Amino acid sequence: MGYKKKTLVLAIIAVLLTMLYIFYDLSGNIGYILPRRIMKVVAILLTGGAIAFATTIFMTITNNRILTPSVLGLDSLYLLIQTLIIFTIGSNSLIMMNSNVNYLVSIGGMVVFSLLLYQVLFKGESNNIYFLLLVGMILGTFFSSITSFMQVLIDPNEFMVAQDRMFASINNVNTNLVYISIVIFVLLIIYLMRYYKYLDVLGLGKDNAINLGVPYNRVVKHLLIIVAIFISMATALVGPMTFLGLLVVNLAYEFLKTFRHFYILIGSMLISIIALLGGQFIVEKVFTFQTTISVIINFIGGIYFIYLLLKENKSW
Amino acid sequence: MVDIKNVFKSYNQKKVIEDVSLNIEKGTITSFIGPNGAGKSTLISMVSRLIAKDNGNISIDGKDIMETKNNELAKKISILKQSNSINLKLTVRELVSFGRFPYSQGKLNSYDWEKVDEAIDYMELREMQDKFLDELSGGQRQRAHIAMVIAQDTEYILLDEPLNNLDMRHSVQIMKTLRNLVDELGKTILIVIHDINFASCYSDNIVALKDGKVVKQGKACDVIDKCVLKDIYDMDIDIQDIDDKRICVYF
Repeated sequence: MGYKKKTLVLAIIAVLLTMLYIFYDLSGNIGYILPRRIMKVVAILLTGGAIAFATTIFMTITNNRILTPSVLGLDSLYLLIQTLIIFTIGSNSLIMMNSNVNYLVSIGGMVVFSLLLYQVLFKGESNNIYFLLLVGMILGTFFSSITSFMQVLIDPNEFMVAQDRMFASINNVNTNLVYISIVIFVLLIIYLMRYYKYLDVLGLGKDNAINLGVPYNRVVKHLLIIVAIFISMATALVGPMTFLGLLVVNLAYEFLKTFRHFYILIGSMLISIIALLGGQFIVEKVFTFQTTISVIINFIGGIYFIYLLLKENKSW
Repeated sequence: MVDIKNVFKSYNQKKVIEDVSLNIEKGTITSFIGPNGAGKSTLISMVSRLIAKDNGNISIDGKDIMETKNNELAKKISILKQSNSINLKLTVRELVSFGRFPYSQGKLNSYDWEKVDEAIDYMELREMQDKFLDELSGGQRQRAHIAMVIAQDTEYILLDEPLNNLDMRHSVQIMKTLRNLVDELGKTILIVIHDINFASCYSDNIVALKDGKVVKQGKACDVIDKCVLKDIYDMDIDIQDIDDKRICVYF
């Protein structure tokens, strides 16, 4: 079976799951339940797409298969920004109350951070992946520590608001956020189109990409901005999901066995939607909300990560 | 013509290239020889704008490489580096087709595919063109990469130690191919090479580097000389003329 057919199979599964999720056990007040379910599904589709795209692009830029954008500390930065806003201006401020404003502020902060990181890490000639990993881990830990430090200091009521931001889940999706997310998602896809043709070539590594005429520094900078916005979007919608990106992009590469980004992007997005929808379905119907989807995804992701490490270890 | 003028480069205060000026004629093979750390790879990487120079000018056919568009430059000059670890699931044919990216931006037309086929035949990769790169031996992979550079169809081709990992037969085959590219298609080839006998037998000109400076440049037969080689490598190298080729005996 070729990768085109496999992509089609994934698409069919994703559509079937979407239908199942929306129409399963649809009884009672349909006028109330149906719009809520559809809203959830849209949020899941957006998150799945955002995480898959961000991780695929990031792995291509860094030419590796086990680092995800969360390594750069982007997730922790999102939480830091939320806590910082509450700490400095309080939870009653406009930025905190109006989710759209909050959203845009968070995205802005993360883009600025990514550009700074780009200046330090990607501009240099060494382009050392271990250095990137080290800096990312240190910054991630640093952000989390500052975050918890500020959370200890703030008023317990304010802390409740902060915590709500940290464990955002699909169970209580903010409808306002969904609408603005759709707009941002579409804009990002248009933005990505301009650089999309370079992705396959970037996969060959920096030297080959420059040799083949890719304006490397400019392209990587823009792609990194795209990654940052996708990650802020996903984090704002459902909260940090460490393993989902790693899981779905690697599965897409393993399953489709192609290097073409068109199929990898679509494939990883579909797998990610399948994982999120399937996971959420299990959370709601099997565990009856006893657990959250992040737990399930991180559990499966963790096992897969160990498998990946063992496998890569063997091939070296 | 590649014109290198007063080029400097240092990594963290350590000077790697110091005031190098060179002219490389069109339609020749120029070999860069010298001990490890002489700056050969750095120099060739600067010519192909993989790394930035600190000072000086490099121009190709009178145009400064920094002022030429990336895409235009990619149709003029190509480089193959010594380490090529691509961890993608890629077949030989797909890799070679990437050579057409500067022309097609990823959408190859029939003329592009023609060039890809030509390059594959040129490197005799026809029967393994649908194999994945990670199924090939080091030598085969190297040939696939060279085929990609040939498909890129540039006037200038820069190769950084292309004979790495290759046995004698394939080394000779590749050097002969390079010779043909110059003699038949009029390409200009710059090559970093460690085996001075290959440099002696196949190149027109040789540039000898040591500690970031040009020690000697000129016709191959002038540089392959007992005194010059002593100066570069700090060892006595006996030179024998065999079938009007100068062969170095350094064992």
